[in-house]
Amino acid sequence: MLFKTAKSIINSIEEFTDAIEQSILVFRSGVHDYLLKDTANFKFNFDKLDHLEARADKLRRSIEKELLSRALLPSHHAEIFRLIDQMDDLADKAKENLGQFEAEIPLIPDDLVNDLIRLTETSVKAAEMVIPACRAIFIDPNNVKEKLNKVYYYEKETDKLAIEFKRKVFHQEGELKLSEKFHLRYFSLHIESISDIAEKIADLLTVMAIKFRV
Amino acid sequence: MILFFLTSGLFLGWSLGANDAANVFGSAVGSKMVRFKKAALIASIFVILGAVIQGAGASHTLGKLGSVSALAGSFTVALAAAITVFSMTKWKIPVSTSQAIVGAIIGWNFYTGNPTDTHSLTQIVLTWVTGPVLGAIFAIIIYFIISLWINKSKIHLLKLDASVRFGLLVVGAFGSYSLGANNIANVMGVFVPAISLEPISFGIFTLSGAQQLFLLGSIAIAAGIVTYSRRVMDTVGNDLMELSPVSALVVVFSHSLVLFVFSSQSLSNLIQSIGLPPIPLVPVSSSQAIVGAILGLGLMQGAKNVNFKILGGISLGWITTPIIAGLIAFISLFFVNNVFKLEVANDIQEINTEEIAEQQQNIIIQDSVATEKSLVNKDSDPVQQNYRFWVYIFIPIVLVIVATLILFLVFVNRRKLLLKKHLSEIKEKDEEIKMLKQEVDLFRQKKQVTQTELETEINYKQNQMMTLALNIIQKNEFIQSLKSKLNKLKSSAKSKEVQHGLQKLSTIINEHLYLDKDRKTFQIYVEELHQDFYLHLQHKYSDLTTNEKRLCALLRLDLSSKEIASILNISPKSVEMNRYRLRKK
Repeated sequence: MLFKTAKSIINSIEEFTDAIEQSILVFRSGVHDYLLKDTANFKFNFDKLDHLEARADKLRRSIEKELLSRALLPSHHAEIFRLIDQMDDLADKAKENLGQFEAEIPLIPDDLVNDLIRLTETSVKAAEMVIPACRAIFIDPNNVKEKLNKVYYYEKETDKLAIEFKRKVFHQEGELKLSEKFHLRYFSLHIESISDIAEKIADLLTVMAIKFRV
Repeated sequence: MILFFLTSGLFLGWSLGANDAANVFGSAVGSKMVRFKKAALIASIFVILGAVIQGAGASHTLGKLGSVSALAGSFTVALAAAITVFSMTKWKIPVSTSQAIVGAIIGWNFYTGNPTDTHSLTQIVLTWVTGPVLGAIFAIIIYFIISLWINKSKIHLLKLDASVRFGLLVVGAFGSYSLGANNIANVMGVFVPAISLEPISFGIFTLSGAQQLFLLGSIAIAAGIVTYSRRVMDTVGNDLMELSPVSALVVVFSHSLVLFVFSSQSLSNLIQSIGLPPIPLVPVSSSQAIVGAILGLGLMQGAKNVNFKILGGISLGWITTPIIAGLIAFISLFFVNNVFKLEVANDIQEINTEEIAEQQQNIIIQDSVATEKSLVNKDSDPVQQNYRFWVYIFIPIVLVIVATLILFLVFVNRRKLLLKKHLSEIKEKDEEIKMLKQEVDLFRQKKQVTQTELETEINYKQNQMMTLALNIIQKNEFIQSLKSKLNKLKSSAKSKEVQHGLQKLSTIINEHLYLDKDRKTFQIYVEELHQDFYLHLQHKYSDLTTNEKRLCALLRLDLSSKEIASILNISPKSVEMNRYRLRKK
């Protein structure tokens, strides 16, 4: 009974992690489609992301309920719940950002498309790198730290690219109105926020790795 | 009657169950890895099994130390041990039931003149030291193995959690079995030589007399576990060091192994068969075995979070517990023997090892011949007797002095701490009082300042009021004189138009006199500044009208009738009339 319950929750956690990973990849594709003006694929990715985010929420609730009701890992409850919540934030943020693309239809000049694509790639990379660490914390806490170095690297790169992008928007794009510049600035912020959440998860995993060591 | 004498042992068993079950399942229940009901059920079943199946080994060793041959003697010895455990627990001094019962048996030996088997005593005392040390060694080895396995196998945290829970249940069962096997001697060991029961056959197995006693004692232990151990379990475990579930598993397993090693006859036989000396089967303190295991774990993890103060307390317990139990037993036996006229020992005092072996024949093997010969030799040597006589007088006196000194030091220390605490409380209270005094002074100062300000304001307003009053009076006097001059002119005017104009002017003047704002402001000032006076008037003379009250306030300001008339816009004669009426009221 004990082992059967453990196995079922392990499967749920695996599914949840997969859903989060897919969400950020779908977000990347969605932003690409928007920038390349591929409306049909953008809509498809947006709907897919919506579905993945809903599934992640459902799995998160079921994992938390199982852990609490069966009092599993009582000494690590708080950290695990925080980790799952922050991972879910990734999917939520991705959906929110893509939704803003869909609703606000920002005007992106052609000469800024590549910059935005690079920014998106780097930000999503930071989030991608944190997923293996999230899987490893449950199996091999001693080796989590080395997986997190890349997360910090990509997060720093994202910050740099974001500043560059904003500099270009405000210094070089003379044809754009101030309102359009602000709009672009906020979209860069939205994309940046994905890597910020990944960094928060990485910080939490560092602490958890120390606590979970035997 | 037998049941009455057994009550002290049963009480000892109950308290053992209440306290020592926490050593087995305390960490598991406290960390919510195992539910209390499950823990209590498993502990109760396995304690009974351990006591009945394997309890005789340790009991035999206690019997060699001192074979309490009368029921009243057994009752008194068990009661002395129970009182010792209870009192020291109340005084928060770490205590071991095993040590208490050993001290009480030695007390019986001194009272009855029975020789104390120094060989057995040495074995027992050595296990008090080796028990925790062995616990530490086992903990280190087991922890090393488990952590190696966890790190190599890369098991999922949830699977590890499930394994640890299962492991805690299994080692808990093993620990309970060992607890029953090892510690039943504390509870019922003293009654075995004194009570001879007929074996009961159940077909597939037979319960000897001793086993029946062990069953009864273990049921008392189980009762203690079910009724009282929860309270202890909820607070156990973290006094010495914070324990993770894996650490708790290691600690309980080590503790269970120690207890098992010192109660397993088969293991002792196995060791002996390979040429090593046999393991002494002795009741070991469960709490001290746990402490040893936790210390071992703590030393392995760097000794950062280990509370070494508790070690001092345990060492103190090793000395004081047997001494106090022995003294209480000695004194109680005196009372039982001389006041209640009960036999505390039978006449023949030789230790009859063959009779005891017969009672426990299915479980115990014979002692080595050398040990028995040495005992017999010791008994027949007169020099040795003389030596033992002096030892039995000199050593108890020294022990009594040492025990008294230690207890005295403990009490003095506690008193000092209490005094210190009391003084610090007094100091805190003094500081509190000081702060309150400061606050009160500050409040007083503020109040004074406010009062001064208010008084200044009142004076200012009063001055304003008087100024206003004078203004009104002067203005009204001027207007009255203007009015009278106007009337004169009106009467002497020949032209109708002039008369009409003068009449209009007169009307305007009258209206002004009637609607004079200054007058109204003045009245408001009077009412504001003399509120208390108005309330007093209301209270004392409730039938006064508003105008009469106003007149009283103006009289209070020391204004003349003419001035009052000017303010109220009435004639001085009306003022006199009102004053007269007021005086009458």
